[in-house]
Amino acid sequence: MKSKAWNEKFMQGVFFIAACASVLAVALICVFLFANGVPAIKEIGFVKFLTGEMWKPNNDIYGILPMIVGSIYVTAGAIIVGVPIGILTSVFMAMYCPKKIYKPLKAATELLAGIPSVVYGFFGLVVLVPWMRDLGRTLKELGLTKSSGNGSSILTASVLLGMMILPTIIGVTESAIRSVPQHYYEGALALGATHERSIFRVIMPAAKSGVIAGIVLGVGRAIGETMAVIMVAGNQARMPAGLLKGVRTLTANIVIEMGYATDLHREALIATGVVLFVFILIINFSVALLNGRSSRE
Amino acid sequence: MSNQTTFSQKLKNYLHHPGSFIMMLLVLLGAIITFAVLIFLIIYILVHGVPYIKPSLFSFTYTSDNASLMPALVNTVTMTLLSLVVAVPLGIFAAIFLVEYAKRGNKFMGIIRLTTETLSGIPSIVYGLFGMLFFVNTLGWGFSLLAGAFTLAIMILPLIMRTTEEALKAVPDTFREGSFGLGAGKLRTVFRIVLPSAIPGILAGIILAIGRIVGETAALMYTAGTVANIPSSVMGSGRTLAVHMYNLASEGLYMDQAYATAVILLILVVGINALSSVIAKRLTKA
Repeated sequence: MKSKAWNEKFMQGVFFIAACASVLAVALICVFLFANGVPAIKEIGFVKFLTGEMWKPNNDIYGILPMIVGSIYVTAGAIIVGVPIGILTSVFMAMYCPKKIYKPLKAATELLAGIPSVVYGFFGLVVLVPWMRDLGRTLKELGLTKSSGNGSSILTASVLLGMMILPTIIGVTESAIRSVPQHYYEGALALGATHERSIFRVIMPAAKSGVIAGIVLGVGRAIGETMAVIMVAGNQARMPAGLLKGVRTLTANIVIEMGYATDLHREALIATGVVLFVFILIINFSVALLNGRSSRE
Repeated sequence: MSNQTTFSQKLKNYLHHPGSFIMMLLVLLGAIITFAVLIFLIIYILVHGVPYIKPSLFSFTYTSDNASLMPALVNTVTMTLLSLVVAVPLGIFAAIFLVEYAKRGNKFMGIIRLTTETLSGIPSIVYGLFGMLFFVNTLGWGFSLLAGAFTLAIMILPLIMRTTEEALKAVPDTFREGSFGLGAGKLRTVFRIVLPSAIPGILAGIILAIGRIVGETAALMYTAGTVANIPSSVMGSGRTLAVHMYNLASEGLYMDQAYATAVILLILVVGINALSSVIAKRLTKA
């Protein structure tokens, strides 16, 4: 009997320690990132680092504003491309889709989420980049832009990221729509509204906080995406000059230069990671806030 | 919904509500774009990649002539197994603690919940940086499969915890009460009664985690490194299939092989996804 009780206690301790693993992991990640990145930010100067428009490691000039702006541009572009399509698709899935084809379509959206980002990046490299090059040339011939660009651009990255955030937005928005009580829809129909009017004037406003949470999650995915963006964005470390011009994001900056960076340069890259990490933490907290609010309602 | 109305009646209705008609067309258009993109991507890669799948791609040593993907495939399997060995017991035990042992509304539960949510939102490149700073440099493991596997294990931990939690919660309380009633202790109940009934759900989660490991690139480049051959031990550097694919595509010298590698990656991921949904379906049937 005594050994049994000891066993129970012991295993409960083991379970508890396992549960602490995630806390430990977050703590370690914070400590190691900040300990290695913050000294570099101090040495370069906080304001200089965040608002410097020049990134020239060879001359010891480290300003990551171009990358911050680049990340914001491609993320905004991804939202513009992905959110309307994602929301419309989720409306289709929840309110229009015939039962027979629902299952294969649902599996298709899950597959969209499962495709590795290198494969998306490769697809962007071999399909989207040539398309955008042609588009740039056509626009130049029409006299609409001065330079055609080489296809690797903010626009290309935005379209590709827009595709990649679709499953996130579809999944969250669909479940938000489904959690709206059925009688909202029926009440609207009874008042003489059409199917569409009921959806877009009654159900969507009721599902709003869930939809916004989905968009914010999409923003998180787009900002953190690395490999796909590197393969299509051009990666020039200067202030973005136009939709058809190349751009470098925070994530790309780390991967491209970490391979050969040393000393302050290396620390500046880790500091870039710290900035990215802080961005993501802010986004995570806003999702948690949104979820908290929607569950209280 | 309006199942009784016929198609022509529907059209007549739309005639009176042009706004609604336009919205319906937009919804259809949105859905068509989403699924067309997926189908186009898959078909494009298959059409361009399948012709290049040759026996030389599956030779066990990588040379600059064959750009073989076999070593990367072997590394991917090793990496997956190593990461699962670390993450699965941790994730399942943590979920058991959260569901079976912790008292509801415990403050510590809130902290664990918050940290798992934080972990699942961290981008893979940040995991890569952390893995490089901690496992590679501080612990002195160097670029190695082991460093990569531990990095990935942290990355998939929240996924395994969440799916296991859901599977455990889905086990009816009557199971537990019946077991207690027969005189079994808590530990016995958990391992003999609750866990076996939750296995399909847990498996579906593990398979999803495998999918993430197979597709991961950014977290591995600076932890497991990019050596193209099979290392002699887990302390050696080696690249997985996704990293291999990135290197081929970015070097630009082996585009044919890159297409073929993309096909293999796609097939792996589609297969893993299908397996996971089959198991999850069995769960809902039971």
